[in-house]
Amino acid sequence: MRIALLGNPNTGKSSVFNMLTGLRQHVGNFPGVTVDKKVGKLIVGDESHELIDFPGTYSIYPRSKDEEVVYKSISNSESANYPDAVIVVVDASNLERNLLLFSQIYDLQFPTLMVLNMTDLAKRKNIEYNVEALQALFPEAKIVESNARVKSGKQNILDVITKLPSRSGSSFLQNTPISEIDDVDSQEAETKVRYASIRAAKQKFEKTTERIIPKTRGIDKILVHPIFGYLIFTLVLLIVFQFVYVFASIPMDLIDGTFSSLSSWMSNAMPEGYVSDLITQGIIPGIGGVVIFIPQIALLFFFISILEETGYLSRVVFIMDRLMRPFGLNGKSVVPLMSSVACAIPGVMSARTIADWKERMITIMVAPLMSCSARIPVYTLLIALVIPSETVFGFINLQGLVLFGLYALGTISALLIAIILKVIIKTKEKGFLLLEMPSYKFPKWQNVGLTVWEKVKVFVWDAGKIILAISIVLWGLATFGPSENMEKASVIAKEKGIEQGLSEEEINQNVAAAKLEYSYIGILGKGIEPMIEPLGYDWKIGISLITSFAAREVFVGSMATIYAVGDDSETSRTLLDKMRDAKREDGTPVYTLATGVSLMIFYVFAMQCMATLAVVKRETKSWKWPLIQMGYMGVLAYLGAFVTYLILA
Amino acid sequence: MNNSLSNIKNGEFVIVREISESSLKVKLIEMGLILGKQIEVLYRAPFGGPIAIDVEGYVLSLRRDEAQMIEVERINSAQS
Repeated sequence: MRIALLGNPNTGKSSVFNMLTGLRQHVGNFPGVTVDKKVGKLIVGDESHELIDFPGTYSIYPRSKDEEVVYKSISNSESANYPDAVIVVVDASNLERNLLLFSQIYDLQFPTLMVLNMTDLAKRKNIEYNVEALQALFPEAKIVESNARVKSGKQNILDVITKLPSRSGSSFLQNTPISEIDDVDSQEAETKVRYASIRAAKQKFEKTTERIIPKTRGIDKILVHPIFGYLIFTLVLLIVFQFVYVFASIPMDLIDGTFSSLSSWMSNAMPEGYVSDLITQGIIPGIGGVVIFIPQIALLFFFISILEETGYLSRVVFIMDRLMRPFGLNGKSVVPLMSSVACAIPGVMSARTIADWKERMITIMVAPLMSCSARIPVYTLLIALVIPSETVFGFINLQGLVLFGLYALGTISALLIAIILKVIIKTKEKGFLLLEMPSYKFPKWQNVGLTVWEKVKVFVWDAGKIILAISIVLWGLATFGPSENMEKASVIAKEKGIEQGLSEEEINQNVAAAKLEYSYIGILGKGIEPMIEPLGYDWKIGISLITSFAAREVFVGSMATIYAVGDDSETSRTLLDKMRDAKREDGTPVYTLATGVSLMIFYVFAMQCMATLAVVKRETKSWKWPLIQMGYMGVLAYLGAFVTYLILA
Repeated sequence: MNNSLSNIKNGEFVIVREISESSLKVKLIEMGLILGKQIEVLYRAPFGGPIAIDVEGYVLSLRRDEAQMIEVERINSAQS
């Protein structure tokens, strides 16, 4: 049996879904829209049924592209998601509004179950509902009371879900056929008639003895206060940031270490050859490159879902909306953009909460311009290389000032590009903000845990495949080359090393450098030299630009290989020295101020991160957006670096 | 006398009288802003941001230009 789960937003629908299915859920696609289709297994006795969680809506008629799945699935019995029965989650503390959607579903003649949820909230608001009166209004529906936040009502739902009465054609509203999807006038007329009938019956099914002003009104006054509101939000951001940015590095280092020791253990255990190389240098680091993002994703979504669960996120949107609007962004864009300062991957994934399609796209498109933590190793290396450690204006360290400038440049360009995209991206829907401010609740840990679990799973399976594939391709390009030249070069490097009486380690490093130079990536690097020369780069930088498409920080490792120094932190001193000594053919140093700053500017803008591209593809459900993104960021990077070099050289 | 919801001060009670024609009209109606509905204006976001209203039991926030579409009439205090 296929069962649809419907309901208004903020009725605890996802709590009901989680309560009914637990970990037996997976994420799929609805055709043509970007919302995920969450499908869970509902076990009743020894039977298993399919439960589909639809996006929360106020009506069956769509008011945005993403809401169309509801109408399309339930209005057409040929639809792949057409349900055999429907569960409608209804907020017991706000029956009038919730009964609109319920009565529409009921009148479509589905076997219907009303889950009367949030019964505790109704009690707190002093609202008495009358189940018998509701039953009289909808005689062929089953009604179950529940409080999904404390997992009450599950058994009652399971008891009746397979035994819902089949329908005899009786309706709440007589002779009201379903309107066409684009016939807004008749939808409006129908909505008014439904509300009139619901309100006419209201005093039978609901009684409010005395109006209770919720105590949380006072909290609201502080959280949206012009001073305290922003102060508190800044504080919350700092805490989240501290975790995602600083504390996440502990498990990330652990993952990094584990995968590199796994690599070296495997290469010792396996016979030498390309199979061993593929596994130890291609596949294991590739998988490591996926797993490494899990701590940041998990931590960020842990906090975001707490903020969402408690109801605080709506207040953030409320106070930030006005500030973000001039940029074509939404109050909800703040969290994705701030997260992107740690890492654009969870940032892009968290843009999911933005309901408006255009505002969500703009947020996703500019998020990778925020300077992420993977840029830090590149910035630090380049700043140490070309920026003197001087004090300017009496107390500011010049190196620190440059680093701050790079961050500022990223943020400013993100906002400017957002303004441009606001003009370019066309949409039929008018941007709006009609946001329910849910009452404050204590976070429900099962929901938080399942959100984190789902986000990590989606990243590992959907984006991970692409990341792994690209890392293997990059490994192949760096390992193989026209065989003769590569062999010859490595033999020469070895002989030269022995001649000069170098240690075995130094010889190995020289051989690795020679091999990389004559590999396909080396050839590519040399091939693009004429293109990158106007930016002040040579082919060695070219190679590192290509390899660091995998991830920005790879730039440092590639440089170490090319300059034949070991790739660990103790040797970063020697890498700096070698890069400082590097000369062009005419004897001038390679890393002048102009080249160094030009490279920094390049890394501010360039989309040097395959994992972000993979995630953008996953979130927008098409290759169009990630390709546009890579294109515009590449153009910005090239032009920015070119102009910088022109000015400074 | 009718007035636009965006002009109503915090803490005042009003009744919905009319919603001007726009693509948002039916959405506003679906969210419960039907004619005759009682609304309390709760608070406003700083810098001309959205306003929050109580729509008989739930809190809705909407931008000022959205609030402008809603014609309301002031009443003295909460009625039930």
